[in-house]
Amino acid sequence: MLDSICVYCRYVSISIRSQMQYKASFVMMTVGHLLTTAIEFLALWALFARFGSLRGWTLAEVALFYGMINVAFAVAEAVARGFDTFPAMVKSGEFDRLLLRPRSTVLQVAARELQLMRVGRLVQGLVVLLWAAAALDVTWTMQKVVLAVATVLAGTCLFYGLFVLQATVAFWTIESLEIMNTVTYGGVETAQYPLVIYRPWFRRFFTFVVPLACVNYFPVLAILDRPDPLGAPIALQWIAPAGGFVFLFLCLQGWKIGVRHYRSTGS
Amino acid sequence: MIAYWAILSARFRALLQYRAAAAAGFGTQLFWGLIRVMIFGAFYQSSNAVQPMSYQDVVSYVWLGQAMILLVLFRPDVEVQEMIRSGTVAYEMLRPLDVYLVWFTRAVAMRTAPVLLRAVPMFIVAGLLLGLKAPASPQAACLWALSTAMAVLLSAAIGTLMTVSMLWTIAGDGIGRLVPAATFILSGMIVPLPLFPDWAQPVLNFLPFRGLADVPFRLYTGHIAPAEGVAALAHQLAWTVALIALGRWLLVRGMRRLVVQGG
Repeated sequence: MLDSICVYCRYVSISIRSQMQYKASFVMMTVGHLLTTAIEFLALWALFARFGSLRGWTLAEVALFYGMINVAFAVAEAVARGFDTFPAMVKSGEFDRLLLRPRSTVLQVAARELQLMRVGRLVQGLVVLLWAAAALDVTWTMQKVVLAVATVLAGTCLFYGLFVLQATVAFWTIESLEIMNTVTYGGVETAQYPLVIYRPWFRRFFTFVVPLACVNYFPVLAILDRPDPLGAPIALQWIAPAGGFVFLFLCLQGWKIGVRHYRSTGS
Repeated sequence: MIAYWAILSARFRALLQYRAAAAAGFGTQLFWGLIRVMIFGAFYQSSNAVQPMSYQDVVSYVWLGQAMILLVLFRPDVEVQEMIRSGTVAYEMLRPLDVYLVWFTRAVAMRTAPVLLRAVPMFIVAGLLLGLKAPASPQAACLWALSTAMAVLLSAAIGTLMTVSMLWTIAGDGIGRLVPAATFILSGMIVPLPLFPDWAQPVLNFLPFRGLADVPFRLYTGHIAPAEGVAALAHQLAWTVALIALGRWLLVRGMRRLVVQGG
Protein backbone atom coordinates (compact mmCIF):
# COMPACT_ATOMS: atom_id res chain seq x y z
CA MET A 1 0.00 0.00 0.00
CA LEU A 2 2.70 2.44 1.12
CA ASP A 3 4.76 1.33 -1.81
CA SER A 4 1.88 2.10 -4.18
CA ILE A 5 1.56 5.60 -2.78
CA CYS A 6 5.28 6.16 -3.39
CA VAL A 7 4.91 5.03 -6.99
CA TYR A 8 1.92 7.29 -7.42
CA CYS A 9 3.87 10.26 -6.06
CA ARG A 10 6.75 9.54 -8.42
CA TYR A 11 4.41 9.47 -11.41
CA VAL A 12 2.71 12.68 -10.35
CA SER A 13 5.94 14.54 -9.75
CA ILE A 14 7.11 13.57 -13.24
CA SER A 15 3.83 14.82 -14.70
CA ILE A 16 4.13 18.13 -12.85
CA ARG A 17 7.72 18.63 -13.91
CA SER A 18 6.87 17.97 -17.54
CA GLN A 19 4.09 20.59 -17.42
CA MET A 20 6.48 23.06 -15.83
CA GLN A 21 8.70 22.83 -18.88
CA TYR A 22 6.27 25.13 -20.66
CA LYS A 23 5.77 27.78 -18.00
CA ALA A 24 4.35 30.54 -20.20
CA SER A 25 1.88 28.15 -21.75
CA PHE A 26 0.93 26.85 -18.30
CA VAL A 27 0.32 30.35 -16.95
CA MET A 28 -1.78 31.35 -19.95
CA MET A 29 -3.84 28.17 -19.83
CA THR A 30 -4.44 28.55 -16.10
CA VAL A 31 -5.43 32.20 -16.35
CA GLY A 32 -7.63 31.34 -19.33
CA HIS A 33 -9.27 28.56 -17.34
CA LEU A 34 -9.79 30.88 -14.38
CA LEU A 35 -11.44 33.55 -16.51
CA THR A 36 -13.60 31.04 -18.37
CA THR A 37 -15.05 29.74 -15.14
CA ALA A 38 -15.23 33.22 -13.56
CA ILE A 39 -17.44 34.31 -16.45
CA GLU A 40 -20.04 31.81 -15.32
CA PHE A 41 -20.19 33.42 -11.93
CA LEU A 42 -20.52 36.80 -13.58
CA ALA A 43 -23.63 35.52 -15.37
CA LEU A 44 -25.03 34.24 -12.07
CA TRP A 45 -24.42 37.62 -10.49
CA ALA A 46 -26.12 39.40 -13.41
CA LEU A 47 -29.22 37.25 -12.97
CA PHE A 48 -29.41 38.06 -9.27
CA ALA A 49 -28.95 41.76 -10.06
CA ARG A 50 -31.96 41.49 -12.37
CA PHE A 51 -34.28 39.23 -10.35
CA GLY A 52 -33.24 39.90 -6.74
CA SER A 53 -33.52 36.31 -5.52
CA LEU A 54 -33.96 32.79 -6.76
CA ARG A 55 -37.18 31.47 -5.23
CA GLY A 56 -36.14 32.79 -1.84
CA TRP A 57 -32.46 31.86 -2.13
CA THR A 58 -29.99 34.71 -1.89
CA LEU A 59 -26.87 35.19 -4.01
CA ALA A 60 -24.63 34.30 -1.05
CA GLU A 61 -26.51 31.03 -0.49
CA VAL A 62 -26.33 30.04 -4.13
CA ALA A 63 -22.64 31.06 -4.12
CA LEU A 64 -22.06 28.44 -1.41
CA PHE A 65 -23.52 25.73 -3.66
CA TYR A 66 -21.52 27.13 -6.55
CA GLY A 67 -18.20 27.36 -4.70
CA MET A 68 -18.35 23.92 -3.12
CA ILE A 69 -19.20 22.06 -6.31
CA ASN A 70 -16.60 23.94 -8.34
CA VAL A 71 -13.81 23.26 -5.87
CA ALA A 72 -14.76 19.57 -5.78
CA PHE A 73 -14.93 19.35 -9.55
CA ALA A 74 -11.65 21.21 -10.10
CA VAL A 75 -9.77 18.75 -7.88
CA ALA A 76 -11.45 15.75 -9.54
CA GLU A 77 -10.71 17.12 -13.00
CA ALA A 78 -7.04 17.58 -12.14
CA VAL A 79 -6.43 14.19 -10.53
CA ALA A 80 -8.72 12.08 -12.76
CA ARG A 81 -7.26 13.42 -16.00
CA GLY A 82 -5.70 10.01 -16.66
CA PHE A 83 -9.18 8.47 -16.81
CA ASP A 84 -10.53 11.35 -18.86
CA THR A 85 -8.06 10.64 -21.66
CA PHE A 86 -8.18 6.88 -21.17
CA PRO A 87 -10.27 5.94 -24.25
CA ALA A 88 -7.34 6.97 -26.45
CA MET A 89 -5.23 4.34 -24.62
CA VAL A 90 -7.72 1.62 -25.42
CA LYS A 91 -7.90 2.70 -29.02
CA SER A 92 -4.13 2.64 -29.50
CA GLY A 93 -3.71 -0.62 -27.61
CA GLU A 94 -1.39 1.10 -25.17
CA PHE A 95 -3.37 -0.35 -22.27
CA ASP A 96 -1.76 -3.74 -22.96
CA ARG A 97 1.49 -2.47 -21.56
CA LEU A 98 -0.15 -1.42 -18.30
CA LEU A 99 -1.51 -4.92 -17.81
CA LEU A 100 2.01 -6.32 -17.89
CA ARG A 101 3.28 -4.19 -15.04
CA PRO A 102 3.07 -5.45 -11.45
CA ARG A 103 0.88 -2.64 -10.20
CA SER A 104 -2.90 -2.11 -10.22
CA THR A 105 -4.38 -0.64 -13.39
CA VAL A 106 -6.28 2.01 -11.41
CA LEU A 107 -3.04 3.31 -9.97
CA GLN A 108 -1.28 3.41 -13.31
CA VAL A 109 -4.11 5.08 -15.20
CA ALA A 110 -4.76 7.58 -12.41
CA ALA A 111 -1.11 8.52 -12.15
CA ARG A 112 -0.61 9.19 -15.86
CA GLU A 113 -1.30 12.85 -15.53
CA LEU A 114 -2.12 15.46 -12.94
CA GLN A 115 -3.46 18.43 -14.82
CA LEU A 116 -2.21 21.53 -13.05
CA MET A 117 -4.13 23.90 -15.30
CA ARG A 118 -7.29 23.08 -13.34
CA VAL A 119 -5.95 25.30 -10.59
CA GLY A 120 -7.81 28.02 -12.51
CA ARG A 121 -11.24 26.66 -11.62
CA LEU A 122 -10.03 25.74 -8.15
CA VAL A 123 -8.95 29.30 -7.34
CA GLN A 124 -12.14 30.75 -8.76
CA GLY A 125 -14.28 28.27 -6.80
CA LEU A 126 -12.35 28.92 -3.59
CA VAL A 127 -12.75 32.69 -3.93
CA VAL A 128 -16.51 32.32 -4.40
CA LEU A 129 -16.69 29.81 -1.55
CA LEU A 130 -14.78 32.02 0.89
CA TRP A 131 -16.82 35.05 -0.08
CA ALA A 132 -20.03 33.10 0.47
CA ALA A 133 -18.80 31.76 3.81
CA ALA A 134 -18.08 35.30 4.99
CA ALA A 135 -21.18 36.93 3.53
CA LEU A 136 -23.59 34.34 4.92
CA ASP A 137 -25.11 34.65 8.33
CA VAL A 138 -23.83 31.25 9.38
CA THR A 139 -22.02 30.47 12.61
CA TRP A 140 -19.19 28.23 11.49
CA THR A 141 -19.09 25.63 14.24
CA MET A 142 -16.51 22.85 14.20
CA GLN A 143 -19.14 20.36 13.01
CA LYS A 144 -20.09 22.54 10.08
CA VAL A 145 -16.50 23.04 8.97
CA VAL A 146 -15.96 19.29 9.10
CA LEU A 147 -19.17 18.76 7.14
CA ALA A 148 -18.09 21.31 4.53
CA VAL A 149 -14.70 19.66 4.05
CA ALA A 150 -16.28 16.21 3.92
CA THR A 151 -18.77 17.45 1.36
CA VAL A 152 -16.06 18.80 -0.92
CA LEU A 153 -14.10 15.55 -0.59
CA ALA A 154 -17.23 13.54 -1.31
CA GLY A 155 -17.93 15.72 -4.33
CA THR A 156 -14.42 15.08 -5.62
CA CYS A 157 -14.98 11.34 -5.16
CA LEU A 158 -18.29 11.49 -7.00
CA PHE A 159 -16.82 13.24 -10.02
CA TYR A 160 -13.78 10.97 -9.88
CA GLY A 161 -16.20 8.07 -9.99
CA LEU A 162 -17.91 9.54 -13.04
CA PHE A 163 -14.59 9.89 -14.83
CA VAL A 164 -13.75 6.28 -13.96
CA LEU A 165 -17.15 5.24 -15.26
CA GLN A 166 -16.59 7.14 -18.49
CA ALA A 167 -13.25 5.39 -18.92
CA THR A 168 -14.81 2.00 -18.07
CA VAL A 169 -17.40 2.38 -20.82
CA ALA A 170 -14.52 2.68 -23.28
CA PHE A 171 -13.64 -1.00 -22.67
CA TRP A 172 -16.74 -1.81 -24.66
CA THR A 173 -17.18 1.18 -26.96
CA ILE A 174 -13.47 1.90 -27.66
CA GLU A 175 -14.62 5.46 -28.30
CA SER A 176 -14.94 8.15 -25.70
CA LEU A 177 -18.62 8.66 -24.90
CA GLU A 178 -19.28 12.37 -25.16
CA ILE A 179 -22.72 12.02 -23.70
CA MET A 180 -21.05 11.43 -20.32
CA ASN A 181 -20.22 15.14 -20.37
CA THR A 182 -23.82 15.78 -19.46
CA VAL A 183 -23.30 14.25 -16.02
CA THR A 184 -19.79 15.62 -15.42
CA TYR A 185 -19.80 19.15 -16.82
CA GLY A 186 -23.59 19.21 -16.83
CA GLY A 187 -23.53 17.98 -13.24
CA VAL A 188 -21.42 20.92 -12.13
CA GLU A 189 -23.68 23.31 -14.00
CA THR A 190 -26.71 21.74 -12.32
CA ALA A 191 -25.31 21.70 -8.80
CA GLN A 192 -24.36 25.35 -8.90
CA TYR A 193 -28.00 26.02 -8.06
CA PRO A 194 -30.10 24.47 -5.28
CA LEU A 195 -31.58 21.26 -6.65
CA VAL A 196 -35.08 22.20 -5.53
CA ILE A 197 -35.49 24.66 -8.44
CA TYR A 198 -35.47 21.84 -11.00
CA ARG A 199 -38.31 19.65 -12.18
CA PRO A 200 -39.01 16.45 -10.21
CA TRP A 201 -37.71 13.92 -12.79
CA PHE A 202 -34.49 15.89 -13.08
CA ARG A 203 -34.06 16.07 -9.30
CA ARG A 204 -34.65 12.33 -9.01
CA PHE A 205 -32.02 11.62 -11.64
CA PHE A 206 -29.40 13.64 -9.77
CA THR A 207 -30.37 12.12 -6.42
CA PHE A 208 -30.82 8.43 -7.13
CA VAL A 209 -28.93 7.72 -10.37
CA VAL A 210 -26.02 10.13 -10.02
CA PRO A 211 -26.10 11.08 -6.33
CA LEU A 212 -25.09 14.69 -6.89
CA ALA A 213 -27.60 15.86 -4.27
CA CYS A 214 -25.66 13.94 -1.61
CA VAL A 215 -22.47 15.89 -2.18
CA ASN A 216 -24.01 19.29 -2.57
CA TYR A 217 -27.67 19.96 -1.95
CA PHE A 218 -28.31 18.02 1.29
CA PRO A 219 -25.13 18.94 3.21
CA VAL A 220 -25.28 22.58 2.13
CA LEU A 221 -28.82 22.73 3.52
CA ALA A 222 -27.43 21.50 6.84
CA ILE A 223 -24.73 24.16 6.77
CA LEU A 224 -27.30 26.85 6.01
CA ASP A 225 -29.65 25.49 8.72
CA ARG A 226 -32.47 25.44 6.20
CA PRO A 227 -35.15 22.78 6.34
CA ASP A 228 -35.41 20.93 3.06
CA PRO A 229 -38.38 22.21 1.04
CA LEU A 230 -38.63 18.66 -0.28
CA GLY A 231 -38.78 17.19 3.23
CA ALA A 232 -35.50 15.31 3.66
CA PRO A 233 -34.75 14.80 7.38
CA ILE A 234 -31.84 16.66 9.04
CA ALA A 235 -30.00 13.42 9.82
CA LEU A 236 -29.92 12.57 6.14
CA GLN A 237 -28.47 15.97 5.34
CA TRP A 238 -25.55 15.25 7.68
CA ILE A 239 -24.72 11.77 6.48
CA ALA A 240 -25.42 12.42 2.79
CA PRO A 241 -21.76 12.98 1.77
CA ALA A 242 -21.17 9.27 2.39
CA GLY A 243 -23.03 8.79 -0.89
CA GLY A 244 -20.11 10.29 -2.82
CA PHE A 245 -17.62 7.82 -1.34
CA VAL A 246 -19.92 4.87 -1.95
CA PHE A 247 -20.39 5.99 -5.55
CA LEU A 248 -16.64 6.02 -6.18
CA PHE A 249 -16.32 2.58 -4.61
CA LEU A 250 -19.02 1.20 -6.92
CA CYS A 251 -17.40 2.79 -9.96
CA LEU A 252 -14.07 1.21 -9.11
CA GLN A 253 -15.81 -2.19 -8.89
CA GLY A 254 -17.21 -1.49 -12.34
CA TRP A 255 -13.71 -0.71 -13.57
CA LYS A 256 -12.52 -4.15 -12.40
CA ILE A 257 -15.27 -5.80 -14.42
CA GLY A 258 -14.27 -3.65 -17.39
CA VAL A 259 -10.61 -4.70 -17.16
CA ARG A 260 -11.70 -8.33 -17.19
CA HIS A 261 -13.64 -7.70 -20.39
CA TYR A 262 -10.79 -5.86 -22.06
CA ARG A 263 -9.90 -7.11 -25.49
CA SER A 264 -6.92 -5.41 -27.04
CA THR A 265 -7.47 -3.57 -30.30
CA GLY A 266 -4.06 -5.01 -31.10
CA SER A 267 -2.82 -2.34 -33.45
CA MET B 1 -14.00 33.19 -57.39
CA ILE B 2 -14.52 29.64 -58.61
CA ALA B 3 -11.52 28.52 -56.57
CA TYR B 4 -12.96 29.91 -53.33
CA TRP B 5 -16.32 28.37 -54.11
CA ALA B 6 -14.59 25.02 -54.60
CA ILE B 7 -12.82 25.35 -51.25
CA LEU B 8 -16.10 26.22 -49.56
CA SER B 9 -18.03 23.33 -51.02
CA ALA B 10 -15.22 20.82 -50.44
CA ARG B 11 -14.82 21.83 -46.80
CA PHE B 12 -18.59 21.92 -46.36
CA ARG B 13 -18.95 18.36 -47.62
CA ALA B 14 -15.99 17.17 -45.58
CA LEU B 15 -17.40 18.66 -42.39
CA LEU B 16 -20.82 17.21 -43.12
CA GLN B 17 -19.29 13.77 -42.52
CA TYR B 18 -18.94 14.29 -38.76
CA ARG B 19 -22.46 13.10 -38.01
CA ALA B 20 -21.64 10.96 -34.98
CA ALA B 21 -19.98 13.94 -33.30
CA ALA B 22 -23.03 16.04 -34.13
CA ALA B 23 -25.34 13.45 -32.62
CA ALA B 24 -23.32 13.34 -29.40
CA GLY B 25 -23.21 17.12 -29.35
CA PHE B 26 -26.95 17.25 -29.86
CA GLY B 27 -27.56 15.17 -26.74
CA THR B 28 -25.29 17.41 -24.68
CA GLN B 29 -26.92 20.55 -26.03
CA LEU B 30 -30.38 19.24 -25.29
CA PHE B 31 -29.42 18.59 -21.69
CA TRP B 32 -27.78 21.99 -21.39
CA GLY B 33 -30.82 23.73 -22.79
CA LEU B 34 -33.08 21.93 -20.32
CA ILE B 35 -30.97 23.09 -17.38
CA ARG B 36 -30.93 26.68 -18.63
CA VAL B 37 -34.69 26.73 -19.21
CA MET B 38 -35.36 25.41 -15.70
CA ILE B 39 -32.99 27.94 -14.13
CA PHE B 40 -34.59 30.84 -15.99
CA GLY B 41 -38.02 29.49 -15.07
CA ALA B 42 -37.07 29.57 -11.38
CA PHE B 43 -35.75 33.12 -11.68
CA TYR B 44 -38.90 34.30 -13.40
CA GLN B 45 -41.01 32.79 -10.61
CA SER B 46 -39.00 34.75 -8.05
CA SER B 47 -39.91 38.25 -9.12
CA ASN B 48 -43.12 39.98 -10.03
CA ALA B 49 -41.35 42.96 -11.58
CA VAL B 50 -41.76 43.43 -15.32
CA GLN B 51 -38.64 42.08 -16.98
CA PRO B 52 -37.08 43.43 -20.18
CA MET B 53 -37.89 40.13 -21.84
CA SER B 54 -40.81 37.74 -21.38
CA TYR B 55 -40.21 34.22 -20.09
CA GLN B 56 -41.57 32.78 -23.34
CA ASP B 57 -39.04 34.81 -25.33
CA VAL B 58 -36.23 33.63 -23.05
CA VAL B 59 -37.19 29.99 -23.63
CA SER B 60 -37.05 30.47 -27.41
CA TYR B 61 -33.79 32.41 -27.00
CA VAL B 62 -32.22 29.54 -25.03
CA TRP B 63 -33.18 26.93 -27.62
CA LEU B 64 -32.04 29.08 -30.52
CA GLY B 65 -28.76 29.42 -28.62
CA GLN B 66 -28.42 25.66 -28.29
CA ALA B 67 -29.23 25.19 -31.98
CA MET B 68 -26.72 27.78 -33.17
CA ILE B 69 -24.09 27.21 -30.49
CA LEU B 70 -21.29 26.47 -32.94
CA LEU B 71 -21.55 29.96 -34.41
CA VAL B 72 -20.29 31.23 -31.09
CA LEU B 73 -18.34 28.40 -29.55
CA PHE B 74 -15.44 28.31 -31.92
CA ARG B 75 -11.80 27.48 -31.97
CA PRO B 76 -9.15 28.76 -34.34
CA ASP B 77 -8.82 26.71 -37.50
CA VAL B 78 -6.86 23.72 -36.22
CA GLU B 79 -5.41 22.82 -39.60
CA VAL B 80 -4.14 26.32 -40.27
CA GLN B 81 -2.78 26.44 -36.72
CA GLU B 82 -0.86 23.25 -37.44
CA MET B 83 0.45 24.76 -40.70
CA ILE B 84 1.76 27.77 -38.81
CA ARG B 85 3.37 25.57 -36.21
CA SER B 86 5.02 23.25 -38.71
CA GLY B 87 5.98 25.93 -41.22
CA THR B 88 3.95 24.54 -44.12
CA VAL B 89 2.06 27.83 -44.01
CA ALA B 90 4.72 28.95 -46.50
CA TYR B 91 2.92 26.88 -49.15
CA GLU B 92 -0.20 28.93 -48.55
CA MET B 93 1.71 31.98 -49.70
CA LEU B 94 2.85 30.31 -52.90
CA ARG B 95 -0.63 29.61 -54.19
CA PRO B 96 -2.12 32.08 -56.66
CA LEU B 97 -4.90 32.80 -54.20
CA ASP B 98 -5.55 35.44 -51.59
CA VAL B 99 -4.50 33.81 -48.30
CA TYR B 100 -6.99 35.77 -46.22
CA LEU B 101 -9.87 34.77 -48.47
CA VAL B 102 -8.83 31.13 -48.37
CA TRP B 103 -8.79 31.13 -44.58
CA PHE B 104 -12.00 33.11 -44.41
CA THR B 105 -13.70 30.66 -46.78
CA ARG B 106 -12.57 27.75 -44.62
CA ALA B 107 -13.98 29.58 -41.61
CA VAL B 108 -17.32 30.05 -43.35
CA ALA B 109 -17.48 26.32 -44.13
CA MET B 110 -16.67 25.57 -40.48
CA ARG B 111 -19.65 27.68 -39.45
CA THR B 112 -22.22 26.28 -41.84
CA ALA B 113 -21.96 22.48 -42.11
CA PRO B 114 -21.54 21.67 -38.37
CA VAL B 115 -24.09 24.33 -37.41
CA LEU B 116 -26.65 22.89 -39.83
CA LEU B 117 -26.07 19.37 -38.53
CA ARG B 118 -26.98 20.47 -35.03
CA ALA B 119 -29.53 23.17 -35.75
CA VAL B 120 -31.94 21.09 -37.82
CA PRO B 121 -32.60 18.38 -35.19
CA MET B 122 -32.65 21.00 -32.44
CA PHE B 123 -35.31 23.04 -34.21
CA ILE B 124 -37.45 19.95 -34.68
CA VAL B 125 -37.15 18.64 -31.12
CA ALA B 126 -37.26 22.00 -29.33
CA GLY B 127 -39.99 23.29 -31.62
CA LEU B 128 -42.26 20.29 -31.13
CA LEU B 129 -41.60 19.45 -27.50
CA LEU B 130 -39.68 22.05 -25.59
CA GLY B 131 -41.32 25.40 -26.10
CA LEU B 132 -39.38 26.95 -28.97
CA LYS B 133 -41.99 29.14 -30.64
CA ALA B 134 -42.22 29.87 -34.37
CA PRO B 135 -40.88 33.25 -35.55
CA ALA B 136 -43.02 36.17 -34.40
CA SER B 137 -44.11 37.17 -37.92
CA PRO B 138 -43.13 36.56 -41.57
CA GLN B 139 -41.03 39.76 -41.49
CA ALA B 140 -39.35 38.57 -38.30
CA ALA B 141 -38.56 35.25 -40.00
CA CYS B 142 -37.00 37.01 -43.02
CA LEU B 143 -34.95 39.33 -40.85
CA TRP B 144 -33.83 36.40 -38.70
CA ALA B 145 -32.65 34.49 -41.78
CA LEU B 146 -30.74 37.51 -43.08
CA SER B 147 -29.28 38.23 -39.69
CA THR B 148 -28.22 34.60 -39.23
CA ALA B 149 -26.38 34.73 -42.56
CA MET B 150 -24.65 37.89 -41.35
CA ALA B 151 -23.83 36.15 -38.08
CA VAL B 152 -22.07 33.39 -40.06
CA LEU B 153 -19.89 35.99 -41.80
CA LEU B 154 -19.24 37.89 -38.57
CA SER B 155 -18.32 34.67 -36.80
CA ALA B 156 -16.00 33.73 -39.66
CA ALA B 157 -14.38 37.18 -39.50
CA ILE B 158 -13.69 36.83 -35.76
CA GLY B 159 -12.46 33.27 -36.24
CA THR B 160 -10.10 34.25 -39.06
CA LEU B 161 -8.78 37.10 -36.94
CA MET B 162 -7.96 34.56 -34.24
CA THR B 163 -6.29 32.32 -36.80
CA VAL B 164 -4.21 35.23 -38.09
CA SER B 165 -3.16 36.06 -34.54
CA MET B 166 -1.53 32.61 -34.39
CA LEU B 167 1.20 34.03 -36.61
CA TRP B 168 2.37 35.91 -33.52
CA THR B 169 1.58 33.56 -30.67
CA ILE B 170 2.35 30.25 -32.47
CA ALA B 171 0.93 28.08 -29.72
CA GLY B 172 -2.23 30.12 -29.51
CA ASP B 173 -3.42 28.36 -26.37
CA GLY B 174 -4.06 31.59 -24.52
CA ILE B 175 -6.03 33.39 -27.21
CA GLY B 176 -7.69 30.16 -28.21
CA ARG B 177 -9.21 30.02 -24.74
CA LEU B 178 -9.81 33.62 -23.81
CA VAL B 179 -11.59 34.84 -26.91
CA PRO B 180 -14.24 32.09 -26.95
CA ALA B 181 -14.92 32.58 -23.24
CA ALA B 182 -15.47 36.31 -23.65
CA THR B 183 -17.47 35.82 -26.84
CA PHE B 184 -19.70 33.30 -25.13
CA ILE B 185 -21.00 35.62 -22.46
CA LEU B 186 -20.97 38.82 -24.55
CA SER B 187 -23.04 37.26 -27.33
CA GLY B 188 -25.85 36.30 -24.98
CA MET B 189 -25.27 32.54 -24.97
CA ILE B 190 -25.20 32.29 -21.17
CA VAL B 191 -27.68 34.99 -20.21
CA PRO B 192 -29.82 36.83 -22.80
CA LEU B 193 -28.26 40.26 -23.19
CA PRO B 194 -31.40 42.27 -22.27
CA LEU B 195 -31.28 40.66 -18.80
CA PHE B 196 -27.87 42.16 -17.99
CA PRO B 197 -27.90 45.27 -15.78
CA ASP B 198 -29.08 48.44 -17.50
CA TRP B 199 -25.72 50.20 -17.14
CA ALA B 200 -24.06 47.41 -19.13
CA GLN B 201 -26.45 47.72 -22.06
CA PRO B 202 -24.65 50.51 -24.01
CA VAL B 203 -21.39 48.52 -23.92
CA LEU B 204 -23.09 45.28 -24.96
CA ASN B 205 -24.92 47.09 -27.74
CA PHE B 206 -21.73 48.58 -29.09
CA LEU B 207 -19.58 45.41 -29.10
CA PRO B 208 -19.67 43.13 -32.15
CA PHE B 209 -20.49 39.97 -30.21
CA ARG B 210 -24.24 40.51 -29.94
CA GLY B 211 -24.36 40.12 -33.73
CA LEU B 212 -23.45 36.42 -33.32
CA ALA B 213 -26.46 35.35 -31.30
CA ASP B 214 -28.44 38.03 -29.54
CA VAL B 215 -29.43 40.01 -32.65
CA PRO B 216 -30.71 37.09 -34.74
CA PHE B 217 -32.49 35.53 -31.74
CA ARG B 218 -34.29 38.72 -30.80
CA LEU B 219 -35.30 39.35 -34.39
CA TYR B 220 -36.73 35.82 -34.39
CA THR B 221 -38.83 36.33 -31.27
CA GLY B 222 -39.82 39.83 -32.31
CA HIS B 223 -38.11 41.34 -29.26
CA ILE B 224 -36.36 43.61 -31.74
CA ALA B 225 -39.27 44.95 -33.80
CA PRO B 226 -38.92 44.46 -37.58
CA ALA B 227 -38.80 48.26 -37.94
CA GLU B 228 -35.54 48.34 -35.99
CA GLY B 229 -34.23 45.29 -37.81
CA VAL B 230 -32.36 47.24 -40.45
CA ALA B 231 -30.31 49.09 -37.83
CA ALA B 232 -29.44 45.76 -36.19
CA LEU B 233 -28.35 44.28 -39.52
CA ALA B 234 -26.26 47.38 -40.24
CA HIS B 235 -24.50 46.93 -36.89
CA GLN B 236 -23.59 43.35 -37.85
CA LEU B 237 -22.44 44.40 -41.31
CA ALA B 238 -20.30 47.28 -40.05
CA TRP B 239 -18.47 45.06 -37.58
CA THR B 240 -18.01 42.28 -40.14
CA VAL B 241 -16.41 44.69 -42.60
CA ALA B 242 -14.25 46.25 -39.89
CA LEU B 243 -13.02 42.88 -38.59
CA ILE B 244 -12.29 41.60 -42.10
CA ALA B 245 -10.26 44.74 -42.79
CA LEU B 246 -8.38 44.32 -39.52
CA GLY B 247 -7.72 40.66 -40.26
CA ARG B 248 -6.37 41.40 -43.74
CA TRP B 249 -4.11 44.14 -42.45
CA LEU B 250 -2.73 41.92 -39.67
CA LEU B 251 -2.21 39.06 -42.10
CA VAL B 252 -0.12 41.22 -44.45
CA ARG B 253 2.00 42.37 -41.53
CA GLY B 254 2.28 38.88 -40.13
CA MET B 255 3.34 37.38 -43.43
CA ARG B 256 6.01 40.02 -43.87
CA ARG B 257 7.70 39.12 -40.61
CA LEU B 258 7.02 35.41 -40.86
CA VAL B 259 10.01 33.23 -40.21
CA VAL B 260 9.54 29.63 -41.20
CA GLN B 261 11.54 27.17 -39.17
CA GLY B 262 13.46 25.03 -41.60
CA GLY B 263 13.41 21.29 -41.64
